[in-house]
Amino acid sequence: MNPAVHARPLFIALGLLLLLALWLSLALGPVSLPLQETLQAALRLLGLPLSGAGLEQAELILGQIRLPRTLLGLAVGAVLALSGVAMQGLFRNPLADPGLIGVSSGAALGAALAIVFGARLGGLPEAFAPYLLSACAFAGGLGVTTLVYRFGRRNGQTSVATMLLAGIALTALSGAAIGLFTYLADDTTLRTLTFWNLGSLNGASYARLWPLLIVTIAVALWLPRRAKALNALLLGESEARHLGFAVERLKRELVFCTALGVGAAVAAAGMIGFIGLVVPHLVRLLAGPDHRVLLPASALAGASLLLLADLVARLVMAPAELPIGIITALIGAPFFLYLLMRGRS
Amino acid sequence: MLRAENLAVQRGPCTVLADIHLELRPGEVLGVLGPNGAGKSTLLAALSGELPAAHGRVLLDERPLSAWHGPERARRLAVLPQTSSLGFAFRVEEVVSMGRLPHATGRTRDAEIVGEALAAADAAHLAGRNYLELSGGERQRVHLARVLAQLWPGGEGQVLLLDEPTSMLDPLHQHTTLQATRAFAEQGAAVLVILHDLNLAARYCDRLLLLEHGRPHAFGTPDEVLRAEPLRAVFGLEVLVQRHPERGHPLIVAR
Repeated sequence: MNPAVHARPLFIALGLLLLLALWLSLALGPVSLPLQETLQAALRLLGLPLSGAGLEQAELILGQIRLPRTLLGLAVGAVLALSGVAMQGLFRNPLADPGLIGVSSGAALGAALAIVFGARLGGLPEAFAPYLLSACAFAGGLGVTTLVYRFGRRNGQTSVATMLLAGIALTALSGAAIGLFTYLADDTTLRTLTFWNLGSLNGASYARLWPLLIVTIAVALWLPRRAKALNALLLGESEARHLGFAVERLKRELVFCTALGVGAAVAAAGMIGFIGLVVPHLVRLLAGPDHRVLLPASALAGASLLLLADLVARLVMAPAELPIGIITALIGAPFFLYLLMRGRS
Repeated sequence: MLRAENLAVQRGPCTVLADIHLELRPGEVLGVLGPNGAGKSTLLAALSGELPAAHGRVLLDERPLSAWHGPERARRLAVLPQTSSLGFAFRVEEVVSMGRLPHATGRTRDAEIVGEALAAADAAHLAGRNYLELSGGERQRVHLARVLAQLWPGGEGQVLLLDEPTSMLDPLHQHTTLQATRAFAEQGAAVLVILHDLNLAARYCDRLLLLEHGRPHAFGTPDEVLRAEPLRAVFGLEVLVQRHPERGHPLIVAR
């Protein structure tokens, strides 16, 4: 079986898909903007010296609402897909997903702690808060990833069943803690907490965007440098060692990248599930499991898929808005069941 | 070359391997025999640096294994494990080309080597196939091609360790695999191979190490090791030792 698609046409197609998703995400909404205006206003906002006559409304909508939201969706989708690839490489199993094994809920617990105790402390400086939130989400994600990894491993072998079960237990534990906070929270905190549980790109601001963008760029640059080592790791840990790779260091890097990526994504947009599961799977079906293609292609496809899911979330019940986590779960959960069924046959 | 000096391995409080003195010689195939649980795979893991030595040491070119830089060691020492747990749909030649990861010989040369290694493992016809659709024996040959590609074309100073490379193969491919191993050794590489079939060991190995409870029971040429007394002592099996009518090596028949 040759992969259905070669790398270059795949990247061209995914690039075009991403451009389409970006355009739709910028142009559509309660006020639809024509293509030319969208493009012109977006380029002006990015600092290109174009004439701005008659673009005031478009610039306002784009600058204040749609551009930060689109960039947020782009970064969240890319970093979640990359984290999914890293997890699946680490566990050497295509069913590992940051949401399913509890990394997202660990990160959400970290974020909830930051929200609740941040509110107790009487509010933090406005510019500092998103970074604290990201740091706490990162710490929560790191803790859970490490725990699940410890539980799922015995004598150098990864037990997928144990891993998923440990993920369920830790998700329940984080859920209980978040539930406790919800019960004790005042109204404002409650709304913020609910938002984090469901996941949404709503209310995107540049302040929330920066920490995520930094992390996404770092992860997107770092992981492809480990593509060959990830390929070798799929053979087995000792096989990778015999091929000359420093496996222990690689595993630490993968845990760190995943926690960082998922933590930043959860801090910025709440828990959005299944992107890390569905996207790498689709890319593998098209182009095979080679990480040199899989990593960049998943980042592109993840960004596109999340932007399109957000578009659905925004438009399907307009002017009301669904949390995007509902949309991704509606697509992702049946997909996961399908994979389970196929794995058994 | 690879040398073990007074090597011992412990697992918890138990000593699972002890008193191992051996040197792999260029151009030679060394067979390791022994009943289940005799410590054959432990020996291989200790020789490849996977398991730490409780006593003694393993030297590659007079340098302890741990002092070697990863890729540098990988260009000299390749290991074929007993089973592989690869669960992703790589194509056959992608699996084999992973043997080239420690090298920087370029894509064109690597593709040539992958083809030659596949041919050597009698798996050239599997090129282009999905690894997950192969049978157990076909997968085993693909992994043999992978470790051959890692050391290709083979030469003095290189070491190949094989853990039961014939366990899933049909009779023809048991022979072709060991013939390929022999041919590889004749290029100058030192080969250690764990085997269960005494007659294959008699035919293809230059020296044999017979392990019992983690300790060497007999070590020497096939004629010295494959005798009725050591085989009875180690395997508890009554055998007749005859001569192969055409090749003259020992032929073991259970009584």
